[in-house]
Amino acid sequence: MLEAIVQGVLLGGYYAVLAAGLSLMFGVVRFINLAHGDMAVLGAMIALWFVQGAGLHVAIAIALTLPLMGALGWLMQRMIFERALQGGFLIPILTTIGLGAALQNGMFGLFGSDTKSLGAYIGNLSWASWEIPGGIFIGQLPGYMFLTAILVLGAVHVLLTRTAFGRAVRATATDSEAAALCGVDARRVHRGAAAIAVALAGLAGIFLAMRAQVTPFAGPMLLIFAFEAVVIGGIGSLRGTLIGGIALGLAQSLGAMISPQFSLLAGHCVFLAVLAYRLMSGAAAGRGGWRATISALFFHKSMLRGKS
Amino acid sequence: MTKAQIVAHILPMPAQDRRILGAAVALLAVLAILPLMASALVVDKLTYLFILIMFAAMWNLLAGYAGLVSVGQQAFIGLGGYAMVRMVEAGLPPFPAIFLGALAAGAVAWVMSWFVLRMKAGEFAIATWVIAEAIRSMVSFDPLIQGETGTSITALNAYAPEMRRLTIYLLSLVTMTLMIWGAWALLHGRTGAQAQAIRDDEEAAESVGITTFAVKQRIYVLASIGCAVAGTLWLASAITFQPRTSFGVQWSVFMLFMVLVGGIGTFIGPILGALLFFALQEIFGDFGAWYMAGVGIVAILFALYLPNGIVGLWLNKGRAEPLSMRKLLSQDR
Repeated sequence: MLEAIVQGVLLGGYYAVLAAGLSLMFGVVRFINLAHGDMAVLGAMIALWFVQGAGLHVAIAIALTLPLMGALGWLMQRMIFERALQGGFLIPILTTIGLGAALQNGMFGLFGSDTKSLGAYIGNLSWASWEIPGGIFIGQLPGYMFLTAILVLGAVHVLLTRTAFGRAVRATATDSEAAALCGVDARRVHRGAAAIAVALAGLAGIFLAMRAQVTPFAGPMLLIFAFEAVVIGGIGSLRGTLIGGIALGLAQSLGAMISPQFSLLAGHCVFLAVLAYRLMSGAAAGRGGWRATISALFFHKSMLRGKS
Repeated sequence: MTKAQIVAHILPMPAQDRRILGAAVALLAVLAILPLMASALVVDKLTYLFILIMFAAMWNLLAGYAGLVSVGQQAFIGLGGYAMVRMVEAGLPPFPAIFLGALAAGAVAWVMSWFVLRMKAGEFAIATWVIAEAIRSMVSFDPLIQGETGTSITALNAYAPEMRRLTIYLLSLVTMTLMIWGAWALLHGRTGAQAQAIRDDEEAAESVGITTFAVKQRIYVLASIGCAVAGTLWLASAITFQPRTSFGVQWSVFMLFMVLVGGIGTFIGPILGALLFFALQEIFGDFGAWYMAGVGIVAILFALYLPNGIVGLWLNKGRAEPLSMRKLLSQDR
């Protein structure tokens, strides 16, 4: 039990990194990138190619992959997303689903369907563990990944709160027109945010390749995990994303204690429960609080119509 | 103006539309007698085409007319299939189970609608998808389904292959015709006008007294039943039920592609999109993954440069939308 909790928390770090990019795009560019999970897989595939194809050391491969992914994010914002965002709420959804299909099948065509892993290239890190008092073993790899996740999210937090770029990002996220009037170039800010978001997705993909396997079609599931973590933790705050990631990791590792198949379902259920609670408390606030909503439910059904 | 005065100003159906309808009726009549002379392969392919058209028409009803962009309609394809498998297992003949299974999926859609229709656009898209995944996990727990392995509707093998093929073909043709006609009636009626008002401006629609939730709910449940029927018909022709295939997000990608490429929010667009998608699959389907990657790229290009699809090409020339669901009023008042 205790071991499952520790594992769940450590897994949460990985989910938080995966979700942070999605949350950043949603908060700043006001846009849900449905290809986010596929970007993570792409990051993993690029790193794998550097290691397996070009024979580079894993650390060098990571150092090369992340800037490459950032550049890709910048380019995609410039070439695709900017145009898509002008078309209302529908076009971005359609565009990024198409992008996801293109990425998944393109990667399948290039790299084949067999699962790949970086696990064989990181020495004994993949199985080494520390023993902490109480007879609990902590895997070194999950431990280092959790620390990296905290450091990276902390760095992004500092970037957003302490630098001129971060000020511009926050100003654009709050009110892009007012920010533009103050001389902030919203397009530059959006491109920067997209670069960070895609680089974070790439890092999450590399994490996945280290701790397990990746396949070209893993992206949609990763997107679902990222979205679940974002919604559980609340949109628009990195601390919330970390908490959401940990909550998702906990739900999955505790669910796995019941049965392996139950792991993912437990995560989905926590997500749906949080979403339902938020929707209902929002609706309740609109009708004068919980008590009024419950009385409306039982006694005045007509009050519930009309509102959507 | 009173209602009667407004009704008197509604123009009759344009001659162009009447010609299209006449051609459609003639085509349907030809399709109904086609199995007499066509090969089994052609009959199978046409059945698949009818199923694609149903998917496109239903997704268009949701996204194009009610503004509900769902990435989770596979929930009902899978659920309808699962309900069908269970009903056949319980002793029901397979052909009625096609429709009863779809109705069971519709009941689940009605329950879900209370929850998902309260979300904002992006949330709705992904939450419906997560629900489809959650339902898939739960269905996989059923020992009958054997996890990811799936199960076959062996009761269908009791029929001679020729007879089974012909029955599914005719059922698909009739269902498709009824579905298109039903969508036509729905969109020309009160619900259609209300849905289009909500899609174009939800607040304004609410302020003129439209119960937006009820309208969206009606369309969501109907479109879900429609997707489920198309899904169970597909399952009847495929025979094997596998959770990963039936609940796969690829169905939503297909629907989106057909509707987007044909022309979202137009009546005839999704049908054209389904025809194009079918043709592409026939020509390039052998390329496998590269073909699907191409489909994704075509979807991006259409979304960015031709968001109104093939019908948009027609509209850009300044011509009237064929089979428009808008009511045209005469100019003389």
